[in-house]
Amino acid sequence: MAVQSTSQHTAQRNRLTVGGILIVFGLLIFLLFTPGTEAGQVAKFGMNLKSSAALPIPDITLPVQASIYALSILVVFLGAFQMARGIRSAGALFGIVAFAFVAAFLIWATKGKSLSLIGMLSSSLVRATPIALAALCGVISERAAVVNIGIEGIMLISAQASVVAATMSGSMTLGLIVGVLVGALVAAFHAFLVIRFKVDQIVSGVAINIFATGATSFLSSKYLQHQGDLLNNSGTYPIIQIPLLSKIPVLGPILFENNLVVYLMLLIVIVMHIVLYYTPWGLRTRAVGEHPKAADTLGINVFFVRYVNVIVGGMIAGLGGVYFTLGSVGRFDEVMTAGKGFIGLAAMIFGNWNPIGAFTSSLIFGFADSLQIKMQILSVPIPSSILAMAPYIVTMIVLTGVVGRAIPPAADGVAYEKQ
Amino acid sequence: MPTVLELRDISKSFPGVLANDHVNIDLQEGEIHCLLGENGAGKTTLMNILYGLYKPDSGEINVRGKKAEIHGPNDAIARGIGMVHQHFMLVPVMTVTENVMLGVEEKRNGVFLDRAKVAKRIREISQLYGLEVDPDAYIKDLPVGTQQRVEIIKVLYRQADILILDEPTAVLTPQEVEGLFKVLRSLVEKGKSLIFITHKLKEVMALANRITVLRNGRTVGTVIPGDVNPEKLASMMVGRDVNLVVPKKKANPTESVLEVKDIYVEDERGQMTVRGVSFDVKMGEVLGIAGVQGNGQTQLVYALTGLLPLQSGEIRIVGETLKRGATPRHILERGVAHIPEDRQRHGLILTFPIHDNMMLCTYYQPPFARGIGLQEKVIMDNAETLTKQYDVRTPSIYVPASSLSGGNQQKVIVAREFSRPIKLLIASQPTRGLDVGSIEYIHSRIIEKRDEGVGALVVSSELDEILALSDRIAVMYRGQIVDIVPAAQASKEYIGLLMAGIRPEDALKSAPSVTGEAERVF
Repeated sequence: MAVQSTSQHTAQRNRLTVGGILIVFGLLIFLLFTPGTEAGQVAKFGMNLKSSAALPIPDITLPVQASIYALSILVVFLGAFQMARGIRSAGALFGIVAFAFVAAFLIWATKGKSLSLIGMLSSSLVRATPIALAALCGVISERAAVVNIGIEGIMLISAQASVVAATMSGSMTLGLIVGVLVGALVAAFHAFLVIRFKVDQIVSGVAINIFATGATSFLSSKYLQHQGDLLNNSGTYPIIQIPLLSKIPVLGPILFENNLVVYLMLLIVIVMHIVLYYTPWGLRTRAVGEHPKAADTLGINVFFVRYVNVIVGGMIAGLGGVYFTLGSVGRFDEVMTAGKGFIGLAAMIFGNWNPIGAFTSSLIFGFADSLQIKMQILSVPIPSSILAMAPYIVTMIVLTGVVGRAIPPAADGVAYEKQ
Repeated sequence: MPTVLELRDISKSFPGVLANDHVNIDLQEGEIHCLLGENGAGKTTLMNILYGLYKPDSGEINVRGKKAEIHGPNDAIARGIGMVHQHFMLVPVMTVTENVMLGVEEKRNGVFLDRAKVAKRIREISQLYGLEVDPDAYIKDLPVGTQQRVEIIKVLYRQADILILDEPTAVLTPQEVEGLFKVLRSLVEKGKSLIFITHKLKEVMALANRITVLRNGRTVGTVIPGDVNPEKLASMMVGRDVNLVVPKKKANPTESVLEVKDIYVEDERGQMTVRGVSFDVKMGEVLGIAGVQGNGQTQLVYALTGLLPLQSGEIRIVGETLKRGATPRHILERGVAHIPEDRQRHGLILTFPIHDNMMLCTYYQPPFARGIGLQEKVIMDNAETLTKQYDVRTPSIYVPASSLSGGNQQKVIVAREFSRPIKLLIASQPTRGLDVGSIEYIHSRIIEKRDEGVGALVVSSELDEILALSDRIAVMYRGQIVDIVPAAQASKEYIGLLMAGIRPEDALKSAPSVTGEAERVF
């Protein structure tokens, strides 16, 4: 039939285009990363965090030229295969190409030197932590259909509050609690505005961000910077090694040698997943986010569910704020969250509004962040300011190219009107 | 029969409207009590009061002889009252089980959802009442009729014995309506009591034990079907005599005004939803396209009006073959009127006042525009004339279109489209959700245009509407026209079977294509 051939024609054209792009990528790998390499050069990747690991596993040593050739050929071959036959899973295709590109880049950057791969992955997780916490805050709020773009601001306020509380009281635990409670308070304010008064959710979120930046910067320059020892010097959480688990090769040092905030984040991912999909509260939350009227007619209090979720989200974002100070550097600097709250929202979208997806995509951003720092250390011939853009560039690529298919909760961002 | 439910002297007013004015109604055990009334008569308001969604200004509710304070759905559910809403209250991305248990979740270990236990109960309920459904299916994958079964199961799962069904047949095919009626009768046999809200007279006659008619928020009376006929009910509803079947003369078709040849259309998601459709519409006739919602009719109309591109095939309008990418404006300027399926999204700009909505098709032409300026006086005069001529009930032409009732919104569209010189009318679901009075009005206007020599294409999922208006009937199923028959030879059973996907040759075996008497409309 005439029509089938038209749609076949479109499909074929798509296949050829994608295949062509892949081949270009393969050639790009070759062109970008082979110049300046020499035969016999090797790149060494460390596989142990410390030289004293209980079960040391051998480091990986790769011949630079051969490996880059291999990766380049792999991608070109995939492209040719795509042109000829077509590959079903666009996700897998994207993943393999991204992996090949990053691997080639790493091998090129490490040529003649050595890079601790485990160290980089471990720091990816650490750097993903605030992003993941922001994303989780987004997930729990938006599942109940309240958009909170004030996460960045909440984290900033909590970061400052927690460090001041911890420094003044001398108790890290108190600092953590204050950080979390302040997060809850700001989120409660947001919830009150958007649920009770139906203020536009974006407007309220933007207001929180502007307020947070202004207020924390003011307090910082007025007080924190002058009396740093009294107000702004809390110390940081120590690394806790989990007995036995931290001895597992590769995974052990990445997952089980971290500080409290990272562990809490991992715990929240798991708990939130269980709550959302296996408990009555989760069922109600999702119902309220998808079809609040349906929930209402079944006697579920839509407003209550939304309040609780937004406030719990605020606590999670508050913990994200705590990460920046108590969990990382032990003091507050102006605008130190540096857009992590917004990147978290991107991770939430990329993760399709579910906790595990949000966590996984946070890892991608964390990896990009950690990568740029390692590259600066390796003194790669790329200006450091350009390298520092990596996480934000990844955010843009992810948001423009890949998310097309992500489906938000149906009522997301819409205030509920009870006639 | 004991009385299970009594509503006494219920009054409820909204700003500017008295929705219920001392309404009385009682429900006996094991009866189907129909609540009949036009849109805006206060039926849904009354039931929302009963279900605790609204608070009445005065009056009282007695359940099984005891005065009941109902402040919210929870109170209603606790007293055994369940409601099947007109717009389904189902979460599309969740399973049947999850939707049924929502709000009354079964728990394992006190914490976790026990889906298996609920699924088992659902199967028991389905068997008991003949409500077939797969507990693990996702709502979004289920046909409308099945979704409605889920709604009923939801109510039964909460052990309701008083069921309120709000316009349950609005979204169903004739076959599905039959199925629903069977279920409802089996519910009543097992001791449940039903309040059935509708504005369709035929359903009332077929189903009700007693009928209470509401008009303008007041109870007009309670009658038994044996004592009344549809004409009598219609006049009780509307308050005057109503023509249920718009009288029409024999059609006098002349030359073709629309020719469609083997067209293929993809919907927005890239699905080929119109697959090889051909037909023609002549001047002075009405071609009705029957079919269950979602069989490609929407995309067909979009293609004819330039809202979706053709993948292949050819459309000729008033002798001119449409070029690729012909714009809606180009098509309208050929003398095509379009009454769109979704009047609120495609027919009107709801936030615009009526006078602007009345000139949306031709605002850029004289007399409405001169140069770059709009002619305010002409626009206002035009709107004033049209509201009078087309009987649009509105406080003024300056109010936004959103403030009108559905029937009056539709009249605004009809007024705008019919006041232009047109040769072809494309009307999609022209009376969806409208009440008897408005339907009568719109139908008579369409027939009037036909008699003036306009060719009309009427797409409707209401079979009765198709039968009442059409001179020829085409049935659409899965993107194709399965048969086109002259209306005089089309029996309701035959068309209904075609709509359900039975092939014409098989349909002919089980239903004759010809009936003697003309079908009633509502």
